[in-house]
Amino acid sequence: MSYITVKDLSVGYDGVAVEKNINFTVEKGNYLCIVGENGSGKTTLMKTLLGLRSPLSGQIEYGDGLKKNEMGYLPQQTVVQKDFPASVKEIVMSGFEGSAGLRPFYTKAEKEEAAANMERMGISDLAGRFYRELSGGQQQRVLLARALCATKKILLLDEPVSGLDPLVTAQMYELIAGLNKDGVTIIMISHDIEAAVKYASHILHIGSDIFFGSKNEYLKSSAAKGFLATEKGGEN
Amino acid sequence: MLFEKLALYMQYPFVRYALIVGVLIALCSSLLGVTLVLKRFSFIGDGLSHVAFGAMAVATVAGLSNDMLIIMPITVLSAILLLKNGQNARIKGDAAIAMISVGALAFGYLLMNLFSTSSNVSGDVCSTLFGSTSILTLTKEEVALCIILSIVVLLIFILFYNKIFAVTFDENFAKATGVKADGYNLLIAVTIAVIIVLAMNLVGSLLISALIIFPSLSAMRIFKSFKSVTVCSALLSVFCAFFGIIISIVAGTPVGSTIVAMDAAVFAVCYIIGIIKY
Ligand SMILES: Nc1ncnc2c1ncn2[C@@H]1O[C@H](COP(=O)(O)OP(=O)(O)O)[C@@H](O)[C@H]1O
Ligand SMILES: [Mg+2]
Repeated sequence: MSYITVKDLSVGYDGVAVEKNINFTVEKGNYLCIVGENGSGKTTLMKTLLGLRSPLSGQIEYGDGLKKNEMGYLPQQTVVQKDFPASVKEIVMSGFEGSAGLRPFYTKAEKEEAAANMERMGISDLAGRFYRELSGGQQQRVLLARALCATKKILLLDEPVSGLDPLVTAQMYELIAGLNKDGVTIIMISHDIEAAVKYASHILHIGSDIFFGSKNEYLKSSAAKGFLATEKGGEN
Repeated sequence: MLFEKLALYMQYPFVRYALIVGVLIALCSSLLGVTLVLKRFSFIGDGLSHVAFGAMAVATVAGLSNDMLIIMPITVLSAILLLKNGQNARIKGDAAIAMISVGALAFGYLLMNLFSTSSNVSGDVCSTLFGSTSILTLTKEEVALCIILSIVVLLIFILFYNKIFAVTFDENFAKATGVKADGYNLLIAVTIAVIIVLAMNLVGSLLISALIIFPSLSAMRIFKSFKSVTVCSALLSVFCAFFGIIISIVAGTPVGSTIVAMDAAVFAVCYIIGIIKY
């Protein structure tokens, strides 16, 4: 049984499909990259996987000990968050709310785990700082630490490096690769096809033609050829 | 001299009641103000205050001995509807809220004009909109009800503080990791409705939004964590309500507008501090 099995899934809004016939599986320990043009429905698919939207048709099955509400999430940043008054600690701790049920306050064990997760993301020195004063890369690390407080099983990342400069982007990719090495399953939406090919174990390409397979299979496929060409062309 | 005068006023029960009620209402309304502003839910506060005015008109016309019996359920129900509406269709939702709130205002005024038995209709309307002197004529029972509801609101806020933060900062993340965000949104909306009904006595329905929103906007100019913003906004709100009421009694100004004027002045000060500090 896989962590996630997606069968003939259609996703979209108000009954109108953005993308149809999506099929793929995610095994424990995989690093899946979702690539595709802007507006092809990557974010919509991720929200459907998380249970934030319901599928228009088809099935999503969760297995191998993974429950639907055990998925960590790094959203595309919203405008609201940019100037939200919150300390780093407040945000990281809020990752525990999902498992807290009706318990009003955090436990000592949770506080220690939050500290450990901040250590792991290299942001221990930022604990007392305020979110809106941090750089983009630091903010992403804070949100990653929060996601780790929610779960260590799987993280879904929606364009985690958008808006970061090249050096910070490279560090971010290494950080994510490190988590994957430690056993955290990763599903990442990315524009950056080169990074996808470098780090991912599997690729899901959505758009006019859908491809799913291992990285090596992807490089040989026709979906990749067209996309790689346009991406390269777009950069020049 | 001033203190002697104050001490003299404090001997009157109606002054003590007004201060207790005013401070409690100011405290409750400022707490959820932070969430309302950050979630871009301010429109709910505004819409609800107009609905509450309409409900008050209905209650007045129906000649009920206890207005709360009508006002509270109508306002709470509207809070739930407005929330659902605002979430489903952002743009259309805004128009619907404008329609409901202006409609409720017009309907309320019409009712009061057509059916009111009072000889001074425009005086009545004016005091429901801008707050009456009724805060100075509170009965023991009204004070007790206000204290009880305020304690309930405070308890809800403290017990759900961490969840309110999680849902306010990032609703999608909260939902994805298993927080019952829709339930907490509902809790927030219903609590706001209760606060608005309570606050109507103090500042009148047109000025309630100011009571809810000003203190948190002021606090956000100066502080940068959720907790410090919340605490500061509560303190500012209580400060403004306390001295607003005192000033209004000493100077004979309308209670509601005096408090809101205090809030606005404090906001101006915080705005300047914010600019100087950063
Ligand atoms: N809330 C929404 N309601 C209706 N349509 C939407 C909504 N969000 C996105 N869309 C549409 O769905 C399509 C896919 O969007 P999205 O999943 O964000 O694409 P991607 O993340 O791949 O860039 C786009 O055409 C977009 O306009
Ligand atoms: Mg997207």
